[in-house]
Amino acid sequence: MAELEVTRRRFLGASAATAGGVVAANRLAWAADPAAQPGPVRTPDMIDIVLEVNGRRQAVTVEPRTNLLDALREHLSLTGTKKGCDRGSCGACTVHIDGRRVNSCLTLAARCEGKAITTIEGLARDPELHPVQAAFIAHDGFQCGYCTPGQIMSAVALIEEGRAVSDDAIREWMSGNLCRCGAYPNIVAAIKDATRNSGQES
Amino acid sequence: MEAFTIAAPRDLDAALAAAQQGDAKFIAGGTDLMQLMKDFVERPKRLVDIDGLPLDGVTIGADGARIGALVRMADLADHAEIRRQYPVVAEALLASASPQVRNMATIGGNLLQRTRCGYFRDVGSPCNKREPGTGCPAIRGDHRRLAILGGSDYCIATNPSDLAVALLALDASVELRGPGGTRVVPLNDFYLLPGDTPQRETVLAPGELITAVLLPSAGADRRSHYVKLRDRASFEFALVSAAIVVDRAGDRIRNARVAVGGVGTKPWRLPQVEAALSGAPATREAIAEAAARAGDGAHPLPENGFKIPLMQRALTRALLTAIA
Repeated sequence: MAELEVTRRRFLGASAATAGGVVAANRLAWAADPAAQPGPVRTPDMIDIVLEVNGRRQAVTVEPRTNLLDALREHLSLTGTKKGCDRGSCGACTVHIDGRRVNSCLTLAARCEGKAITTIEGLARDPELHPVQAAFIAHDGFQCGYCTPGQIMSAVALIEEGRAVSDDAIREWMSGNLCRCGAYPNIVAAIKDATRNSGQES
Repeated sequence: MEAFTIAAPRDLDAALAAAQQGDAKFIAGGTDLMQLMKDFVERPKRLVDIDGLPLDGVTIGADGARIGALVRMADLADHAEIRRQYPVVAEALLASASPQVRNMATIGGNLLQRTRCGYFRDVGSPCNKREPGTGCPAIRGDHRRLAILGGSDYCIATNPSDLAVALLALDASVELRGPGGTRVVPLNDFYLLPGDTPQRETVLAPGELITAVLLPSAGADRRSHYVKLRDRASFEFALVSAAIVVDRAGDRIRNARVAVGGVGTKPWRLPQVEAALSGAPATREAIAEAAARAGDGAHPLPENGFKIPLMQRALTRALLTAIA
């Protein structure tokens, strides 16, 4: 039966859409056909914008108050970017805008038109993981994994910025990303390893 | 967050006109405003997006530096000539916030960020700054992180900016632009004491905008340093910070400008410490003696008296590092 082949991610995506406001009779029917998922409710003050995410331009209809994090997760189904504190304190929502790491929870989606957004989904070059993703796996740089997309997005930027010059520097320049499991030593090891492999070591 | 409309005017005059409409707020980096809106502390009906305005340049000449209000914290901290001539600015910036926030937040916005007092940021609590006349729970409540200088019976909220402390020690001014024109205000006069109107934090008129920060030229024999002490090693607001700018003459201090953060209801200059340092020998004893005067006029509450010795030690360390 098709319903039984529902993936966890797809099921959670469908559940989130339900929580987003529309109650449907048969959740699993959406899961089988993602295109049938209801989107967020349209309100009168919504605006149509185009976001360029991971190299793809996509039209999306948002409220002026919709932040980039919610636009990515709820409107574009890019759920790799995580919502932790929703106040810019934890870094789980870190994405790159025009190559700079930022907190997507503090960024209004409507202000991102014309900018190049990169999320964790845009790092890998199929079938190869991004070197920082591979290093996090090799060094066990996570436990629960919730902060990991933000940690990796921050780490990629940190290496490109040339900040990974010592363990202390890595810790300081990763201070915008919290890990409540306490995987910090392995995160630092992963970043050092990825820096060596990127040839950016100083 | 409550609903709002957003407009992105093409030029400064259009932005100033848009801000004259009721319940409007300028938004640039948005890092503080977004938090305040999410917590319903700020509830603007319209946002005026000033990001596209040409206020993001840094120019340095013989008569000083002009830093556009829309320069990002990260960019100013990385600016080679700012790092060379005004290193205390870069030090204060790099001790602020996180790399992500510094990539977003602007210099003008940094100077206008609101206090981190927990009562101010919790709309379930009374707060004279947020809702004038409702009272200040901090005075008899949780005030460990709050002010020992400049407070009143109405408010003891600290100004959280690191940058403002460094700029104050550099005798910076801010350039303001409003419908009535442009004016320049020394940073020390820009911030207001809370008195009985803690909701008024600066001399900015409604609809007026910071367009630039102006720094006097840096002297040749100048030394400076910024020290920030906090509850965790990084990404935390200051319990106490100190910015020192000293001009040396041989083995003596010709003059010193001394500002502290985390202790005042506004970024705080310490003229009595500056007077004690003026002409003093550049020795540990003379510096410690001058720093001991930092607590003159302080009004500690039961839980924040520790800030007086902490401030004296922060000053001593900053001065010793600066002249080393």
